Amino acid sequence: MGEPILELRGVNKSFGPVHVLHDVDFTVRAGEVTALVGDNGAGKSTLVKCIAGIHSMDSGEVRFAGSPVHVHGPREAAALGIEVVYQDLALCDNLDIVQNMFLGREQLRGGLLDEAEMERKARQTLASLSVRTVKSVRTLVSALSGGQRQTVAIAKAVLWESRVVLLDEPTAALGVAQTRQVLDLVRRLAEQGLGVVLISHNMADVFEVADRIATLYLGRMVAELPAKEVTHSQVVELITAGRSGDLGMARPEAATV
Amino acid sequence: MSTSTVEAPATRPERTGFGRRLVSANTFWIGLVLVGLYLGFSVLAPSAFPTLFNFQTLLIEASVLLVLSVGMTFVIITSGIDLSVGSVLVFAGVVGAKAMEALSPGHDATSAGWGVIAVGLVAALTGGAVWGLANGLLIARAKIPPLIVTLGSFGAALGVAELVTAGVDVRTVPQALRRTLGYGTSFVVVPNLVLVAVVVTVLGGWLLHTTRFGRYTYAVGSNAEAARRSGIGVTRHLVLVYLITGLLAGLGGFMSLAYYGTTTISGHSTDNLNVIAAVVLGGTSLFGGVGSMLGSVIGVFIPAVLTKGFVILGVQPFWQPVAVSAVLVAAVWFDQRRRRTQDRR
Repeated sequence: MGEPILELRGVNKSFGPVHVLHDVDFTVRAGEVTALVGDNGAGKSTLVKCIAGIHSMDSGEVRFAGSPVHVHGPREAAALGIEVVYQDLALCDNLDIVQNMFLGREQLRGGLLDEAEMERKARQTLASLSVRTVKSVRTLVSALSGGQRQTVAIAKAVLWESRVVLLDEPTAALGVAQTRQVLDLVRRLAEQGLGVVLISHNMADVFEVADRIATLYLGRMVAELPAKEVTHSQVVELITAGRSGDLGMARPEAATV
Repeated sequence: MSTSTVEAPATRPERTGFGRRLVSANTFWIGLVLVGLYLGFSVLAPSAFPTLFNFQTLLIEASVLLVLSVGMTFVIITSGIDLSVGSVLVFAGVVGAKAMEALSPGHDATSAGWGVIAVGLVAALTGGAVWGLANGLLIARAKIPPLIVTLGSFGAALGVAELVTAGVDVRTVPQALRRTLGYGTSFVVVPNLVLVAVVVTVLGGWLLHTTRFGRYTYAVGSNAEAARRSGIGVTRHLVLVYLITGLLAGLGGFMSLAYYGTTTISGHSTDNLNVIAAVVLGGTSLFGGVGSMLGSVIGVFIPAVLTKGFVILGVQPFWQPVAVSAVLVAAVWFDQRRRRTQDRR
């Protein structure tokens, strides 16, 4: 299977007295979709934010493409090729699709914005992801549907020759058809050789697109298994109890913080 | 790595339909209002209104407000507000005038030379920039709402200006400055004051519409959190925007000094509201993220044309604020309606 592109070993993170992540190991493989599941407060978003450089890790090792790295901010993460698509999307309503996709990384010509080139690249990226739902790349984001916005946010993340894309609940607010589009898109990202992390509460979505399923339970990584080797109910047990048969933690009591 | 790259379609820049976009823009309609007003007054007073002299004075009287509104456009697009511009203008004028007096024999700067005038300009610009920087730091760093911060500096800047002058206007302004910047003209008919305002406005429009700085201004006003996550230094950007506005208020103070030949301490108490009204009239949204420099220019001239027209027609000038306020409220109402239909999709 895919090469590990991003590896976390023994990551700890506390917010004041609250110990959110306990010795978390996590691996993202190129060309695979790794689902990150867990109950509310299990530490999924914190883990993503640590990877993205928004939170600093208290301890732990990060290896990117085999070599150890220290990420000190979103820009450094982006420079490595790690992109995050947040739950609330973080798009600017009053800017159009091209402006949003290039926000913070505008292309310049002679010191001025090179609109034609940015438009060309935006269109190319959307085409490479087989996005056909967006009529014009000059549409304001405020005029897009939820699924289209999600598409733009994901396209923004892959525009930069990124190697790892983390998606925080991309289908949470979407209808059936739109969820369909976004899941197809997630699958396509992996097919293009990217390491994809999908955070989701929806087990149907997870089993549909994920190659591996990593389960967080109260800040601990209790299982990281190929999706084929676990069943729906096993994953649910891992999420809610931290163990399922001989999978997961040996003694659930140890997890009570 | 399996590549499923789809052939990119023929990529030529999109034609968004310039005409359609023009008509849908607020700027277009508000521009029509301005042209309509101008034509209306020209028809009603054909011998007095559409004259070169009238046109020149119209432009001169609007030029200081125009300079202020360039900065205000940036501020309002970031969804901020700056109530202090008028007071900062007065403060900068006082600082500039006092600096020029201090360098002249007998504290009379009337016959001062260009060296002294240059020092006065730098003093005025610095005076404006200091208040702008203070506003920016308090808003972006200390996260105090812009309305409160600039309400504070609105009072404080004027108070300090009055302390410095003991409430008496400085009246010795270099003749050389008054003759050139004050009421001189270039290219036969273009008043120098207007020339400065035009240069500032063009630079402002260039900065807003074609550079990264401008794009970030829209982004910050549209969704500050998204801008931050995209790697934009939102705090730094906001500080810069308020700094520019203060700097332009300083320039406005110097221009006003050159034109009136006095610091006009008590004459700028409603500048802030006039400038905000002009910018909002021009289609810049108080909610942030939307606006244009051209719109602000039009917004400055609508009240100016109304005032001039009322004076020439012999209508009581007190009707002008009534008329402007009505147009302003109507403009904001249209803006909100437009937003609501947009949200509904």
